[in-house]
Amino acid sequence: MDLIIEADQLCMAFGSTQALSSVSLQVEKGEMFGLIGPDGAGKTTLIRILTTLITPDSGEAKVLGYSVHKQSAYIRQRIGYMPQRFSLYPDLTVEENLRFFSDLFQVSREERESRTEELMAFSRLSPFMKRRADRLSGGMKQKLALCCALIHTPHLLILDEPTTGVDPVSRREFWEILQDLKGKGVTIFVSTPYMDEASRCNRIALIHQGTILAVQKLEAIKKLFQKTVYAVFSPDLTGLSNHFKKDLRPEFVQILGDKVKVILNKEDGPRMENLVASAADQGHTVHHVEQLNPELEDVFVTLMNERDSHER
Amino acid sequence: MKLSRLIPLMRKELIHMKRDPRSLVILFIMPIFMMFIFGYAINMDVKNIRIGVCDLSKSSASRDLISKIKASPYFRIVEFFDHPGRSEAFFLDRSVRAVVLIPREFARDFEFRRFSRIGIIADGCDANTATLVQNYLDGLLSGYTVFSSGKQTLSPFVYKPQVLYNPDMQSSHFVVPGLVVLILMMVGAMLTSVTIAREKETGTLEQILVSPIQAHEVVLGKIIPYFFLAMGIALSILLFGHLWFKVPFLGSWFWLMFFCGLYLFTALAIGLLISTVVSTQQVAMMLALIATMLPSVMLTGFIFPIASMPEILQVLTKFIPATYFLIIIRGIMLKGIALVELWPSVCAMSAIGLFFILIAVKKFSLKLK
Repeated sequence: MDLIIEADQLCMAFGSTQALSSVSLQVEKGEMFGLIGPDGAGKTTLIRILTTLITPDSGEAKVLGYSVHKQSAYIRQRIGYMPQRFSLYPDLTVEENLRFFSDLFQVSREERESRTEELMAFSRLSPFMKRRADRLSGGMKQKLALCCALIHTPHLLILDEPTTGVDPVSRREFWEILQDLKGKGVTIFVSTPYMDEASRCNRIALIHQGTILAVQKLEAIKKLFQKTVYAVFSPDLTGLSNHFKKDLRPEFVQILGDKVKVILNKEDGPRMENLVASAADQGHTVHHVEQLNPELEDVFVTLMNERDSHER
Repeated sequence: MKLSRLIPLMRKELIHMKRDPRSLVILFIMPIFMMFIFGYAINMDVKNIRIGVCDLSKSSASRDLISKIKASPYFRIVEFFDHPGRSEAFFLDRSVRAVVLIPREFARDFEFRRFSRIGIIADGCDANTATLVQNYLDGLLSGYTVFSSGKQTLSPFVYKPQVLYNPDMQSSHFVVPGLVVLILMMVGAMLTSVTIAREKETGTLEQILVSPIQAHEVVLGKIIPYFFLAMGIALSILLFGHLWFKVPFLGSWFWLMFFCGLYLFTALAIGLLISTVVSTQQVAMMLALIATMLPSVMLTGFIFPIASMPEILQVLTKFIPATYFLIIIRGIMLKGIALVELWPSVCAMSAIGLFFILIAVKKFSLKLK
């Protein structure tokens, strides 16, 4: 088993904020690894350490077998990086940007030409070769940035929230491209705040307040989840949710559209039948109750709350 | 260092310039515009000073003197009056800057004692002008005694100062070279600091850093294209000074441009140094202006002579590159002196430039902060 990324006890603080505390994870060759967490969780910090843009306060990380401390030049040469913000030259055309980045990585002429053709074909940007980067749509910009990150055929692609601020159709298209790349053997490390995107990854790491909550396959993470999720349909959502909050922690009661979502422990704690019965006694109307499949979001919220309550 | 990476970096800068012709035009027009404004504004020649004359003598001798004053380009007589007490009112409403008082005894004294007194009252609120008025009137009147009486003066010494290199004492002749020094420092520091700050602001620096690029390639890739741009600006303002303000150019253009290049490298390096501490274009621009303009104006001998500064400031002037370039440019343009006389300044300037470049390259980091 080849390890492409090995992070070991990475710590990073900015002033008094602890951005990362003792983060360890491993990414295997050829997998698509998702780093999932809300804004401010430390995703960008971790990615900047792995791309050697910043030096961690302590801990070691190896990318493609090279140390981020001592061998940053080797790493930088071999990875493709797409920062969170669109970071190509807005006044250069698609073609000029690609040319510039291929020169930066010293890609030979023949290789550049064949590679450009290939990248343009799958990103469908060929008709826009002469267009300035700032006149592209959001989705096209992201695809161009991806192409520039791939021009030197890197072994590892590191993407920082590539689909933030991109419309849903382009998002789906972008992920399909990533899937294709993975099929070609490129290892992908991608961060995202969107839970639904995590399902496209082989393995995910949940990160919250600078700590990794879990690193697992998606199914395994859902198994970790010792809870059941119910949807309670009612005309009086506010009253009902307030009633539930008397017995349950407020984080586990959530109004969603036409229903109240309730998360209960599998083993102990209040049971759904009892809760509904007591709600009916109090004069709340309950139409019906459904059991839901846990979403990653539910898992995340639960793990986050468990950790926070440990700290308290 | 790889040339195959440096050239694309420079080509990219050229595309930036080409795509933004408006900024390019501003870069060329602004210095000329500044030169035009300051060339006239920092004018220490006093011409057409409004003066009043109070002639109590009313003699042919006094009329003769008045016509002499009238003929001078420096003065314009706007008030004639008979009562010396009225002069204060003229000063208060600023209608005159100086008053010439010709006493009643003027003609008589002049006739019999070949010596007479004249009163000059100047407005001290503007001390500069007051001194100049005094000096000009002095010159005018001493000439009057010498030439008009036709007889020997009683003064045991007659001195006539001779001003070399700028015989007419035209202030444009020393202001224009000084402006070139100032403008090039400002523009040079601004060019590099702003373009690097722009790469930080748009995030492009973060993107290009994750590549095999090396620090000195980034630095040179910025400095070289802007060096040529700045040289173009230098040539344009020198020509403008020479053709418009008629500043003489006695020395060698080649050597001046050569030293100009050395000086610009220093300016660009200072800009680079500024760019390492700022993250937005606006801050970069402000800092570049403040860091270069104040010292280059105040501490170089451009406006205030170094010799008359307090000693601490005199020491400080030795660390400012503009001080040396001012000596060089004035030497070459106005005196046409040979390189032999300039080498101490050239060495000092190069040393300071090298120092800034080394620090800038050292401080320029391939990491994000």
